[in-house]
Amino acid sequence: MSKTEVQLDRRKSPFYPRQAELDRLNQWHEWKGYRSADGFWEMDLEYFAQRNSAGVFDLTPMTKYRITGPDALDYLNRLVTRDMTKIKPGRVAYAVWCDDEGQVIDDGTIFHLNEGEYRLCSQERHMSWLQAAAIGMDVRIIDETEDICGLAVQGPTSFSILKNMGLHGVETLKPFDLMALNFHGAELMISRTGFTGDLGYELWISPDSALHLWDTLFEAGKLHHIRAIGTHALELARIEAGFIAAYIDFLPANVTVRSGRSRSPLELGLGWLVDFEKPNFNGRRALIEEKKRGSTWRLVKLDIEGNKEAHHSYIYDNKKGGENIGFITSAAWSPVCKQNIALGTVRTPHGKVGDKLYVEIYYQLEMHWSRVMAQATVVSKPFWDPPRKRVTPPASN
Amino acid sequence: MKTYDAIVIGAGHNGLTNAAYLAKSGLNVVCIEKNDYIGGATVSRNLYKDWFYSNCSYVVSLLRPEIYRDLELARHGLQVTPYGGGTVFMENGDYLGSYPDPEVHWREYARFSRADADAYERYSADTMRQCRFIREFLLRTPPDPASFKPRDLRELAYLGAKFFDMGEQRMYDTIRFWTMSVAEYLDEYFETDVIKCALSGSGIIGTALGIHSPGTAYVLLHHYMGEVDGNMGAWGFARGGTGAVAQALAKSFRSYGGELRTEAGVEQILVKNGKVQGVALSSGEEINAKVVVSNMDVKNTFLRCMDKNDLTEEFYNRVKNFKIRGSSGKVNIALGGMPTFPALPKDSPLLDGDMHFIDSMERMERAYDDWKEGTWSKDPYVDMTIPTVSDPTMAPPGKHFVSCFVQYCPAQIEGRDWTEEERQQFGQTVIDQIGEYSPDFKSLIEHVEIRTPAVIEDEIGITEGNIFHGELTMDQLLFNRPIPGYAQYRGPVGGLYMCGSSTHPGGGIMAAPGCNAAREILFDLRRPDITPVNFGDD
Repeated sequence: MSKTEVQLDRRKSPFYPRQAELDRLNQWHEWKGYRSADGFWEMDLEYFAQRNSAGVFDLTPMTKYRITGPDALDYLNRLVTRDMTKIKPGRVAYAVWCDDEGQVIDDGTIFHLNEGEYRLCSQERHMSWLQAAAIGMDVRIIDETEDICGLAVQGPTSFSILKNMGLHGVETLKPFDLMALNFHGAELMISRTGFTGDLGYELWISPDSALHLWDTLFEAGKLHHIRAIGTHALELARIEAGFIAAYIDFLPANVTVRSGRSRSPLELGLGWLVDFEKPNFNGRRALIEEKKRGSTWRLVKLDIEGNKEAHHSYIYDNKKGGENIGFITSAAWSPVCKQNIALGTVRTPHGKVGDKLYVEIYYQLEMHWSRVMAQATVVSKPFWDPPRKRVTPPASN
Repeated sequence: MKTYDAIVIGAGHNGLTNAAYLAKSGLNVVCIEKNDYIGGATVSRNLYKDWFYSNCSYVVSLLRPEIYRDLELARHGLQVTPYGGGTVFMENGDYLGSYPDPEVHWREYARFSRADADAYERYSADTMRQCRFIREFLLRTPPDPASFKPRDLRELAYLGAKFFDMGEQRMYDTIRFWTMSVAEYLDEYFETDVIKCALSGSGIIGTALGIHSPGTAYVLLHHYMGEVDGNMGAWGFARGGTGAVAQALAKSFRSYGGELRTEAGVEQILVKNGKVQGVALSSGEEINAKVVVSNMDVKNTFLRCMDKNDLTEEFYNRVKNFKIRGSSGKVNIALGGMPTFPALPKDSPLLDGDMHFIDSMERMERAYDDWKEGTWSKDPYVDMTIPTVSDPTMAPPGKHFVSCFVQYCPAQIEGRDWTEEERQQFGQTVIDQIGEYSPDFKSLIEHVEIRTPAVIEDEIGITEGNIFHGELTMDQLLFNRPIPGYAQYRGPVGGLYMCGSSTHPGGGIMAAPGCNAAREILFDLRRPDITPVNFGDD
């Protein structure tokens, strides 16, 4: 009898052969079992490619589920907190889903591909939860993570590049629109979405056509300064856009051990994604209760004085310190905003927009450690929010 | 006749910065500019088809991050992107690269000398130490050593404390550093000629001195201090060209209610009873204000725009003798494609950096000899950048804008004005030099703009087109800049201020003079100080 063994080493994305050619740094990490690049050639410049021209990021390891069947809409509407009946075919919705206690399990994007046909895309794996939530519904849920690979093309020249590829109709895509077209015999799905808070698109295709897509994309982008980028560059753009990440800014409720360590959507600044008017959904009762009683935590976007990055810092409501009111979850010096920025979680009632808080920052210079209490202002808008991300058709550069 | 709280003359980056802070403080401010475009030398202009030329300044490195942030320049559309590395092309067909990655940089230097590769770390640390000392004072008003005012005493004590903080040996080093030549300084670290040559260029840029002239080591700092994203020493391109800096500053200024008027050149700064009254424009129109701030260089401000009777003899003479010598020119080129450089490997990251075509200390010094003899360098020091390698906005896709900063280039040829033919020859000298290392360069040229100091002076107004509004030598720095006793941004008559690069801490797209001058004006008007504090480096 032949013995079977699962793959023990890290998976390679279908785009890997091209990435390996471009790689000058030899710095890789693991992302959901895949070999994923920290960066390829110069991480700072990769970051700037997203803001100045176009950066291409391999999204393949994202978890993807195809959700179909007569009850697909009702199913999703019960799964997530926002009203999915408003998301027409050809649209993409950012959404969160909760457990019965109203605690966030994950966030993700739901692509309404065709009438009654959806793709749910998330950072984490959820088949068990998705199946459990399907009880009594006529839906089919297929994990298609390995059947679809994806590239995010983000930055001010991304539109020119896609146009240059001959992708007709891309000029009509508004933010959160999607379209499918025939790409040399394969179905290519394009959505005007991304994780950078800038003009950008995501391209989805079957692995057989991956290299062809990559080559065509890079050929079309040659004169538009297209660059492959790694996770380091994206992570910085993500914080500038004010987007939260699982295991960084929140912990999936289903894997949280200690009580009080998970968060509700209301506590993550995602109240706008919770629709109490629609029929019952997972976590509704708990969230109504929380709304009445008030949340314990609040996610804050902080504009911090000075230029010392506030990694792992405690947050206080006064300069003297005393008892902390929360802590920083993501921090960065934003090269494009020239701003010291952070996301954090604080106890209510602290953290209202405009509040002046203090962040205790420890930093090391030439071996010695120093500490500063920096004033931090709670802001409401994303740190990076260029008008170009909303314009349709987008500008060429 | 219109009346304002303050008039700022000149919409260069310092004028706009100053105006923005005054307007932010609540004053009613007008910024007037003689040209029909703003920015002064911080400008990018559409001079040929779809190309945008940063036809004066071409890189951003010194722009204070404190001001960038405080005036919300990012929100107003400014994006500065770092660029990596640089190349010196050598006559023997080889090249010396400079890479942002320290390990790669070490390997490259080691190709020439292991000792030099190792020395680079010590060189960087020593230079950084000097940078740190100076950097501390960029956003501070220089103290007047002859004054007993508490503010001056406090600032002097601060300066002294920072100086003594370096330790005995380092204090000696510092004094030596400020007075020695860049060549001598580099000799203390390196043995390879081309490595010294590559590093020496920063010591003479914008300065009518040679690499062996005393005082040039300090100039190095102005090119080392650059601060893109807190990485000291890193340089960057403004997306859309350096003009984007002025555009963002102008938007910021307007957002505080400021008024910007172009095609409003100043004929005369009006003074009555030792107090400024306003300005008379070339059109004859007069504008009134109790505060007039000049972003022009000191010679333009006092020698051209003021009645000599309003100035003392000594002041007048000091201004006359202030050194603003034309030492560099610009050749700006539109290319129909990316030129090739056979010396470099295919797809080398060095193509993203600056390029130089002079490879020895002797050639550097010879270039200066030509200037002393009253002509442009026949084998010049060219600092060439191709911003369109990363900037998609300055030329059509696949086409390129090439900026060549060229040193040396005198204001006059042997004491007389340039002829048109000589100007063309100057441009050709540069193109020929590049052509030696890039065989297809010439055939790709679609358009060339050749700017001698005289051309820049005529258009922008800067005396002799000097990029720093006056040389950065010790006699013209700190409390001596521009003139002893007048280093605190105040002019010799009441209500008159200076905010241009002739003042501390000098030129480059730094915006510190404009900001510092605003601090002094607000102080005099008894308004709260809203100018930003140095981020600090500790």
